[in-house]
Amino acid sequence: MTFSPALEERFAKLLTSYPPGRQRSAVVPMLLYAQDEIGHVSQELVEEVACRCGVTPLQVDEVIGYYSMLHRKPLGKYHVQVCTNISCQVVGGEDLYGHAARTLGIGNKQVTPDGLISLEEVECMGACSWAPAIQINYDFHHFVTRERFDQLIQALRDGTYQETA
Amino acid sequence: MRYNVPSPLETRIISQRFDLPNSASIDTYLANDGYVALRKAIGMAPEAIIDELRASSLRGRGGAGFPTGMKWSFVPRNTGRPSYIICNSDESEPCTCKDRLLMENDPQQLIEGMLIAGWTIQSSKGYIFIRGEYRYQIEIMERAIAEAYERGYLGKNVLGTGWDFDLYTHSGAGAYECGEETALLESLEGKRGVPRLKPPFPAVAGAFQSPTILNNTETLSTVPVIIRMGGADYAALGTPKNGGTRLMCVSGHVNKPGVYELPLGFPLMRLINDVCGGMRNRKKLKAVIPGGSSAPVLKAEECDIPLDFDSIAKAKSMAGSGGILVLDEDTDMVAVALRTIKFYAHESCGWCIPCREGTTWLKKVLTRFHDGGGRSSDIDLIAELANNMLGRTFCALGDAAAMPTAAFVAKFRDEFEAYLKRSSAAVEPELAVV
Amino acid sequence: MAAPVNLTIDGQKLQASPGTLLINAAKQAGISIPAFCYYDGLALQAACRMCLVEVEKTPKLQVACTLPVAEGMVVRTDSPQVRQARKGMLEFLLTNHPLDCPVCDKGGECELQDMVFRYGAGQSRFIEPKVHVDEKQWSPIVYYDAPRCILCYRCVRICGEGLGVSALGIGNRGVVAEIVPNRGDHLECDECGACIDICPVGALTSGTYRYKARPWEMDHVGTICTHCSNGCKTTLGIRNGQILRANSRDHSGINGEFLCVKGRYAFDFNEHPGRLTSPLVRSDGEFKPVSWAQALAAVAQRFTELRVKRGNFAVIGSNHTTNEENFLLQKFAREVLRTSNIDHHRTGDVAGLIHALDGRTNVLASTDDLYNTKAALVISSDLAQEQPLLAFQLRANWRHHKAHVYAVTPGPVREDNYATTARAEPGNEFDVFESMRERLAKEPELVILFGDAIKGGRIARLVSFGDSLGIPVKYVCLVDYSNSRGASDMGLLPHLLPGYRSVSDSGLEPGLNYDQILAAADLDALWIVGANPLARQSLASPNAFLVVQDLFLTETARQASVVLPAASAYEKNGTFTNVCGDVQKLSRAAKTMGTKSDLEIIALLAKEMRQDFGAAKPEVVFDEIRRSVRGYDVPLTVIETGGAAKTVLLDGRPQVASRNGHFRVDTDANLIRSARNTLFTSGTLGRFSQMLSSVIEAPGALYRDPRKQPEVREGSVQVETVKQGQ
Ligand SMILES: Cc1cc2nc3c(=O)[nH]c(=O)nc-3n(C[C@H](O)[C@H](O)[C@H](O)COP(=O)(O)O)c2cc1C
Ligand code: SF4
Ligand code: FES
Repeated sequence: MTFSPALEERFAKLLTSYPPGRQRSAVVPMLLYAQDEIGHVSQELVEEVACRCGVTPLQVDEVIGYYSMLHRKPLGKYHVQVCTNISCQVVGGEDLYGHAARTLGIGNKQVTPDGLISLEEVECMGACSWAPAIQINYDFHHFVTRERFDQLIQALRDGTYQETA
Repeated sequence: MRYNVPSPLETRIISQRFDLPNSASIDTYLANDGYVALRKAIGMAPEAIIDELRASSLRGRGGAGFPTGMKWSFVPRNTGRPSYIICNSDESEPCTCKDRLLMENDPQQLIEGMLIAGWTIQSSKGYIFIRGEYRYQIEIMERAIAEAYERGYLGKNVLGTGWDFDLYTHSGAGAYECGEETALLESLEGKRGVPRLKPPFPAVAGAFQSPTILNNTETLSTVPVIIRMGGADYAALGTPKNGGTRLMCVSGHVNKPGVYELPLGFPLMRLINDVCGGMRNRKKLKAVIPGGSSAPVLKAEECDIPLDFDSIAKAKSMAGSGGILVLDEDTDMVAVALRTIKFYAHESCGWCIPCREGTTWLKKVLTRFHDGGGRSSDIDLIAELANNMLGRTFCALGDAAAMPTAAFVAKFRDEFEAYLKRSSAAVEPELAVV
Repeated sequence: MAAPVNLTIDGQKLQASPGTLLINAAKQAGISIPAFCYYDGLALQAACRMCLVEVEKTPKLQVACTLPVAEGMVVRTDSPQVRQARKGMLEFLLTNHPLDCPVCDKGGECELQDMVFRYGAGQSRFIEPKVHVDEKQWSPIVYYDAPRCILCYRCVRICGEGLGVSALGIGNRGVVAEIVPNRGDHLECDECGACIDICPVGALTSGTYRYKARPWEMDHVGTICTHCSNGCKTTLGIRNGQILRANSRDHSGINGEFLCVKGRYAFDFNEHPGRLTSPLVRSDGEFKPVSWAQALAAVAQRFTELRVKRGNFAVIGSNHTTNEENFLLQKFAREVLRTSNIDHHRTGDVAGLIHALDGRTNVLASTDDLYNTKAALVISSDLAQEQPLLAFQLRANWRHHKAHVYAVTPGPVREDNYATTARAEPGNEFDVFESMRERLAKEPELVILFGDAIKGGRIARLVSFGDSLGIPVKYVCLVDYSNSRGASDMGLLPHLLPGYRSVSDSGLEPGLNYDQILAAADLDALWIVGANPLARQSLASPNAFLVVQDLFLTETARQASVVLPAASAYEKNGTFTNVCGDVQKLSRAAKTMGTKSDLEIIALLAKEMRQDFGAAKPEVVFDEIRRSVRGYDVPLTVIETGGAAKTVLLDGRPQVASRNGHFRVDTDANLIRSARNTLFTSGTLGRFSQMLSSVIEAPGALYRDPRKQPEVREGSVQVETVKQGQ
């Protein structure tokens, strides 16, 4: 498999980050970074990562099944995650998630037909004091109201949304 | 960047640089006491550094509140084998959002803390295990690490001492359990985040089965402060055995939720009323979850306590990760209990029976109960199931799920009973026979 | 030895050696602590939490399966709190377990059922919907039903730790966690079925047995596997005379819980429709079924005629028949037919080794030695494929005792994953040994296992290499089949009598060997028992009177004058000697109508020829063997109770073999031909196992060391499959 030069560089760095013979350590980050580039964890990626990290595909499978951020099916270009854990819940997180599902017309871990947006109800993501919070890909948005949510979605659709980094 | 306005009541020590322009850059850091502690530590014997930590009464900020000095003293030194420094930046305990701020606003402080740990046990490698969702925080840390390399604080021959220290970030990928220290180490080795059998503890056989110092982000970020100001002075800020300050993450129904640095022993009610501007919409306080969602809930009348490990423990809850959720009178405690157990059921790694099946069963009963299908026997059942998990699971996640659940039922039984009144199935059916 | 630790369990004071796990200390005292995930010899898990006990001075219940005993420990395993904890654990376990015991294959021998019976509650408070997942088929023989799985991880561990195959893993997380196979939706593995047997519940079931019987409907007969030379005990489940399954039920054999795919599944040849059930006599070029009396009379008559005429007889014996049968066969050949033309398909040069050892004692390794020796060297054998139990033993020795294993092989082998291995072109092995000399010489002891790459004169070279190391060295000469060793020990050899005594001791001349028999143009009669030489070679005496005893109408049988239907190894009593010289007892489990055991056939023929061979009972013949065959004076009690008795072919005995020049070591060397059976072939027998041919796997895939090579996805190598028998 070929990846972008930036990702290849990251992989190269990853593989030398761990003590000799411990390349297996790179499995999880490698999968996550690669998923960000290709959209999901494909079978091809599993075997590629297995090969690069010196493990069996089964060992990679075991890892994929375990970590909730690794997805076997493609997500939307923008993955919208709404936290409904208690800090968010008590200030409207569940309501916001319901709103999101209704306005996007998709359920949990589903993707809009155009492949632009996917939605996920997630566990606490470390924004509790500024709840309710959502994450669009890796961007945090705090104190999100329904209105703010709609604006963000609009921006995603318009192509005016700016990712943080 | 801060997401809330600081409070004048704060004691800003580890957050002292948070509001400086370009706070994450090494220049800002160096201009504001940066790396003073490391230079000092380098002139100290390892035992002396550990003594400072002991004197500081610093207790782990990750959850268990274990005395940090003691933990470091358990790490065998001069074994001839490699040893490691691991920072736990998994920050996944619900209600907790402080490690993120420490990384975003003062990454060099964390690096310096890890360097001091590294110097103490003469380790030459460190990893910052950061939850996968914190991709930008990882990038910030990586930029900071690069800067520290450039300035000679990391890499070969740190500050001319002849000692090498390399530091890396390591990304998680969505698993609360990986915050548990041994599950974290498994994850770091590229495996499923299933905790390890203990003993051996990480101090002896941690990362890559080698001696390891493993601490929370905040704990490690505090180390430079302690070395700089001296353990005793740091300790004096807090209460006996509960030294110093900590970042308290207040969420829920207060006017000014946010992360505030306050001394240990700071009264909970003052935090709510004075630091956080009181209850939102002038509602009455109903309850507080004082240490992340694993901490048993405190009823309003139990909230007149100082915020330190021992006092909260005395109130039969725990200071945990410093996540403080304030709940007002309108809060549906059954709904909060349900959401809490849903989280633990989702995050149980599935390794052991009581956690895997217990959390799921609790989730199912509570879901049915919440959705109007509750039965009178359910309330006791919930309490009993929690009890059957307590102290019997492979790791502390089972307890973290059972303790709050038991507390919700015990303390808000009336609310559960009120649900029953609306239930369509309160009448007891025949028991299923195995 | 460190001083023992004193502790009290349930009021009983006892001692245990330091480091003993509480669960085992209790067991030694006769107190059983329930456990699912704890399994002797496999990694500790502490996952099921069934073994919680009360330990004084600790507030929480403690996990007995991981807690080492400590001085003064006071333990209670039966307090109300402990009982309540177990009950609670079982209640949790049953929440997502389908209570389908009536249709579950494991019903009646399910550890969960037993546990609930003993410790559980009669009622469940669980009224929520259960997690349901459909059952999956992972291979022709492995089915997995996730809801029944209690996640004890035994299967994962036996496959990874025990076999070194690592074909099973854990997928998903939390309550939907489940066991997953290594190829996404299917398994690529040894198909040994160890996972199925080790599963305490009915989560893993066997494709060949499922839904066929309830365990209590079957008789369970422990006997010895008939496929390879390792001599694993297999317990056959029999209903109405039919074998329904095989497993290592009580772990009482030399193999413990181990069995390979052949031992566990390839018993189905026994019920193959091609089994011969009636004697056949050729007349006018056609086979005609005849009665046993007619057939035996025909053979006896012809043999008698030829004997009178001083005709030229030859006998080819079997690697699959019992010691008793082999003994009797050579006796018949030598005493009745008065010929030394007797041989069998030799797969390893046992005789050569005996010769080279020149009478010294205590140098042949037993199966046990492989588990206990400090170091072992494997030469030119792909153990995991060819000698599966020996591979398992060595691996267990490495796992449990950190034994050092060395392997010198022509190609990659499974041992590469943990042993010190080196590649050697056939013929170059000794150069490689030299390069290992220094390390080998530092070992406290060594067992050398060698296959047919070392034979004839090279064995002497190997032994002198062993001698030169200056450490105690023992040897195993690898052979292929279930009684290859016995065939050799019992004197199915033209120049050696039972016990490797030279024929000249009895004033006889050595006879024709295997190749010479087939190549001889002047044979008058050839008697082939349980062998199929004509599958590969043709007979130079086409007009010889050919008598064949076999299970099937093989290529050889098809050319016979008389075919006598023989009973299989699962249908008779007797003894086998395994590759390491351990003698074990066969017990009749099944019966195919119309067949007779080879022992009975030989004895009946003798009777028909008016020869007194005594009672044709295995016990009687074995008694004669014990009295007359060097090294076979083994304790009967061991064998009778299902144990393995080590033969001591050389111990304390004079070296006789090479006393006079008849030990044609070098000329015999090219007669040593291993069949190179893999896990999925078993010579002729294997062709009649439909099950075996259904699970042919690509062995290459399992050798690939993932650390060294990328996965090859397409076109992975397939073993050439032996053509399906009729
Ligand atoms: C289920 C579980 C989750 C945990 N999650 C975290 C976490 O996200 N971050 C953290 O620092 N510690 C977490 N801990 C605590 C760690 O196991 C460990 O005690 C801590 O990182 C040690 O650092 P400290 O001594 O500095 O607190 C968790 C513990 C458990 C049992
Ligand atoms: S399949 Fe059987 S052996 Fe494997 S984990 Fe499940 S219950 Fe245990
Ligand atoms: S046997 Fe001890 S936890 Fe399973």
